[in-house]
Amino acid sequence: MESTIVKAENYNSYFGDNHVVKDVNISINRNEVIAVMGPSGCGKTTFLRGINRMHELIPNATSKGKILLDGENVYDMNAIYVRAKIGMVFQRPNPFPNLSIYENVVAGYLLNGIKVSKADRDVIVEKSLTSAALWKEVKDSLHKKGTFLSGGQQQRLCIARAIAMEPELILFDEPTSALDPISTSSVEQLFHELKEKYTLIIVTHNMQQAARVSDRTAFFYMGELVEFDDTKQMFTNPADQRTQNYITGRFS
Amino acid sequence: MEARIGFRNTKSVIFKGIIVFFAFLITLPLIIILLYIIKQGVMNVNWHFLTHVPAPVGETGGGIANALVGSFIMVLMAAIIAIPVGMAAGIYLSENPKTKLAYYSGLCVDILQGVPSIVVGIVVYFWIVKPLGTFSAISGSIALAIMMLPIVIRSTEQTLRLLPASLKEAALSLGVPYHRVILKVIVPCGFAGILSGIMLSIARIIGETAPLLFTAFGSPFLSTKITQPMESLPHLIYTYATSPYDDWHNLAWGASFILLMFVLILNIVTKVITRKWKVQL
Repeated sequence: MESTIVKAENYNSYFGDNHVVKDVNISINRNEVIAVMGPSGCGKTTFLRGINRMHELIPNATSKGKILLDGENVYDMNAIYVRAKIGMVFQRPNPFPNLSIYENVVAGYLLNGIKVSKADRDVIVEKSLTSAALWKEVKDSLHKKGTFLSGGQQQRLCIARAIAMEPELILFDEPTSALDPISTSSVEQLFHELKEKYTLIIVTHNMQQAARVSDRTAFFYMGELVEFDDTKQMFTNPADQRTQNYITGRFS
Repeated sequence: MEARIGFRNTKSVIFKGIIVFFAFLITLPLIIILLYIIKQGVMNVNWHFLTHVPAPVGETGGGIANALVGSFIMVLMAAIIAIPVGMAAGIYLSENPKTKLAYYSGLCVDILQGVPSIVVGIVVYFWIVKPLGTFSAISGSIALAIMMLPIVIRSTEQTLRLLPASLKEAALSLGVPYHRVILKVIVPCGFAGILSGIMLSIARIIGETAPLLFTAFGSPFLSTKITQPMESLPHLIYTYATSPYDDWHNLAWGASFILLMFVLILNIVTKVITRKWKVQL
């Protein structure tokens, strides 16, 4: 059964006078993997950061329009609550350097001062790390600092940290752009498994990656959502000339 | 051509020799001061010296217990005042570097750092000592706190500014409110840097005499009352070194030695802390 989890209605973002995301309308279903691709500066990351209201943290940044999460406009909700509800993974792995691997996974609880019993915490840590395909590698060094891990492991730790908060939706902002090919493939592998439980929106400038991991792809160009379709359809038979040009490498 | 290259090499060697020489030269003043004070001071230091108040003129013996206790109390109070204020201001400056307030308060911090310590002493005298009608340890602490502030503020600011923005984003994206992001993530990650700034500022004020001349004043008795005049190490050195008695000169040398050791140890501890507690980013 398909049900909408995120819906953007006439969504616009600005940096000062600079109109970066223009009138985007998009509807994303539960348990889908959505790739958002487009050339640099096309507004894909800005759009992503609008969904969990990270965009507005940048000075001068504003937005207009609605983003509905389960039918409710996130801009009518408390920003803190929205961010806690939606997971996010960034371009560069950013585990908390002052916390151990264990603490990093439950950082969402620790830093928010949410009381969780030791037993429950142990369960959350094991479950999240297992889901992030990292448990086997780190189960004997849970109390070491997270920054001692390799880049790919750190990124999976960040994914575990997001999963631990039990979000329905996880946003990925070019999650593999700072990783080597092997780490990249392990993270991509993970997307397939995460899909069972979560909805994933992945911003990527890597077309092959979009083709490999996503069910549907959104193509952004100059701040507009040009095309949003089944990934296969889009890569074999795009409807819009601009998509065609991008896919065939006429511009990047 | 070959001769030309040879000449250039010689120039390089000479240049390198010059910078090595000066790098070595600057260690000399410290070594000379250290050796001299150790030579003059170390034989005056013993248990009696550390646990007794100065003897009246004409009597032998006596120590610097009043100054040790006084310095400890006043520096502690100054730290209690300056650390929270300085850290809060430093956090603001690093978080909002582009605001007008940050520009002007940053400017004030720089100017405050350049205000001569004796001026700070005089100002505190008119603010606090005069209205209260008596010299007091607390007024001395306030003067010292003002001396401490710029160092704490700038070290906090500079440490926190070096932390990557991604760290803050990581916490914010988990729905952590701003104050918790700062207190639980940003400050702990910059803790080593902030702490070393605090230690250095303490090392700086522990030897300050001028701000205390008109505030804590000094006292030949062991006192722990913060509303009363209190002795301090640098002030004791100042009064005893300018006295005409040899006994008192020895006391001053001993006190100098103790003070120098404090500063030395503080600096070494700071170095160790920064190396050990530095968060690996």
